[in-house]
Amino acid sequence: MTFTLRPGPQGPGLPSRLRTWLGPSPLQQVLLFAGVLAIFALFGSNTVDSMQRMGLTPGFDFLFHQANFEIGESVLRYSAGDTYARALAAGLANTVKVAVVGCVLATVLGVALGIARLSGNLLLATFVHGYVELVRNTPLLLQLFLWSAIIHALPPPRGAYAFLESVYLSNRGVYVPSVSLQGLSWAIWLPAILLTAYGSLSLARRLLTGATFYLPKATLTVLGSLVVCYLALTSFGLAATIDLPTKGGFNIKGGLTLTPEFFALLIGLVVNASASISEIVRSGIQSVKSGQWEAARALGLKPAQIMRLIVLPQALRVITPLMISSFLDLTKNSSLAVAIGYPDIVSVANTTANTTGQALEAICIIATVYLTLSLSVSALMNRYNSRIVLRGETRR
Amino acid sequence: MSHIELPPPAAPDWHRWRSGLFGGWGNSLITLAAFGIFVWLLQPFLRWAIFDAVWTGTAKDCAVDGAGACWAFIGAKLRFILFAFFPPDLQWRPALVVATVLSLLLLSALPRFWSFRLVPLWIAALVLSWLLMAGTLTPPQVSTNNWGGLPITLVVSIAGLAFAFPIALLLALARQSSMGIVRTLAIAFIETLRGVPMIAVLYVAMLIVPLALPSGAAIDKLLRAQIGVTLFFSAYLAEVIRAGLQVVPWGQREAALSLGLGYTQTVRLVVLPQALRAVIPAIVNLSIGIVLNTSLLAVIGIYDLLNAAKTSATDPTWLGFYTEAYVFAAVVYFVICFTGSRYSIWLEKRLNAAARH
Repeated sequence: MTFTLRPGPQGPGLPSRLRTWLGPSPLQQVLLFAGVLAIFALFGSNTVDSMQRMGLTPGFDFLFHQANFEIGESVLRYSAGDTYARALAAGLANTVKVAVVGCVLATVLGVALGIARLSGNLLLATFVHGYVELVRNTPLLLQLFLWSAIIHALPPPRGAYAFLESVYLSNRGVYVPSVSLQGLSWAIWLPAILLTAYGSLSLARRLLTGATFYLPKATLTVLGSLVVCYLALTSFGLAATIDLPTKGGFNIKGGLTLTPEFFALLIGLVVNASASISEIVRSGIQSVKSGQWEAARALGLKPAQIMRLIVLPQALRVITPLMISSFLDLTKNSSLAVAIGYPDIVSVANTTANTTGQALEAICIIATVYLTLSLSVSALMNRYNSRIVLRGETRR
Repeated sequence: MSHIELPPPAAPDWHRWRSGLFGGWGNSLITLAAFGIFVWLLQPFLRWAIFDAVWTGTAKDCAVDGAGACWAFIGAKLRFILFAFFPPDLQWRPALVVATVLSLLLLSALPRFWSFRLVPLWIAALVLSWLLMAGTLTPPQVSTNNWGGLPITLVVSIAGLAFAFPIALLLALARQSSMGIVRTLAIAFIETLRGVPMIAVLYVAMLIVPLALPSGAAIDKLLRAQIGVTLFFSAYLAEVIRAGLQVVPWGQREAALSLGLGYTQTVRLVVLPQALRAVIPAIVNLSIGIVLNTSLLAVIGIYDLLNAAKTSATDPTWLGFYTEAYVFAAVVYFVICFTGSRYSIWLEKRLNAAARH
């Protein structure tokens, strides 16, 4: 805990604090605020007038009307005839799906690329540098269009490209193996999930607070939960089967099907974000002064120990906030789905606006979704930053 | 400085390469593996883009089995990709605009020419570009609906930056202001625009602005998009400028105030020169971001470079050469943005060197 000393015995009261907050020329400020409100009111009343002229009633009643459009794919069950609210929820679920999968894959690829860049191998570093420049200097939308065009130019399922007889690339989608579990029993499963969740959460907290990185309890917990899962699978007669997609005649059966739209969006977002993440990892690790390495070496630490105990804890202070903002960017960029036909929240809201005419409400919904996400993440980041700020640094 | 720092003697280039590529067993293995993977990835691309490519001819020549990229398509549709639906016999106008803008960019890129005289020059160039494209002074007139291609991308980006700059400056100063309401308004504006995707801002410009105007009033579609782009980037630019303002120590402001300078003078003469100098490279990087993001205009049906490239592949005589069109557009974007990012790195080094002396 840190205590801040305030001037005065009790600290200033509310009116006085309000006065300090308001600062000089309060009257002009109130007038300015009134002016801004007036502009909004004018635009608002104009909008309501225009909508009524077009025979629309402003408001969110339309959410409970029947939506008569189909959605290409959705995690939530949805079909034409359900309400607009449900359609939008399905869109939101799709956004969440692509964002979560995208963030995970982008992190894996980005960290790998960042390490490759730092590996000291000139050829590898040059390739990664080329990749980063290529990705960063062309528009994301163009990359998405290009991926989409490439995927639609793939052969039909009959002649699909196969990798290791388990992944198939075709113009109807990408088929990957899926895992299904038989004989699930919550009695075994629940503790395993809880343990894993606890483990990952405490690992995340450790990363977020930039605490020392010696083999933490969290890692042990994750390992422990994996062992529990394994034991559960082997000793209780549970079975995990891997469902491989197989080619049969004109189509590919089994496995998990990723639609071309989802796949194009996912690849585009992952490639784009991995380029930034690799730069973040590289600059984060390089931000640790070489003196730290030398000192650690002089103390007799081994390279792996130096990385874990000295470099990573310091580098993560730099890396974590940037990483989170690039996750946020990825999520915001997933709104480009609308251009390649993946039904994310923006795309569904756009369709809603076109079919109902309630454009203002649709945009309000989009804005609310993204603002809630951005503002809550940035609030968390501010807390994080104020916690990890090095003592004696940037305190004014 | 009390002592002179000599750079360490540079190893010869091939020495650096040898140790970087084949220094030790592990490294050599990585080099070979990376080379293998690179060749494996590159070979189908090269076959498509160069060896099997069709360079001249018509769509029929490209439809041959086993043909790679159809660069003949780019040759035939080059003017459309660059200028979209601008009337062909008047395309010297957008070409002139592009040439003017590029040469002005080159001029402004050299620190030797930095002076306030560039500001009116740019404003004049932008206004004249608009008038020339529209044909206000030199009929026939061309509606903005027919504008497109590279000039749209360049002009919207540059005008976006130019108009965003004063707004961003005010926002950044307002965010640091001691006046609570002003500060809150600035924060609300900045965080709202930074929190939503650019698509949402463009939708507002396209769908809501026409509704919000009093009945009978209308703003041109391109202009609305331009306003959207400008406001969106002013929020990002404000954050960049704020970072610059934070570089200037408070002592400088206090010193300026104690010398009897007012707020405006302090900001204009003491704070801004230092703050802006510190963030010039960041502003260049943001401008690259603007160029890249103007491609989103394609989503709302404005024919910028990307949308023109996409549309060029819907020509019935050249149907479906999307990949070629996108690769070509990517090359154009890459040339512009890569040059910009190299320039920003060069500038940063130069400014740092200047700051050290």
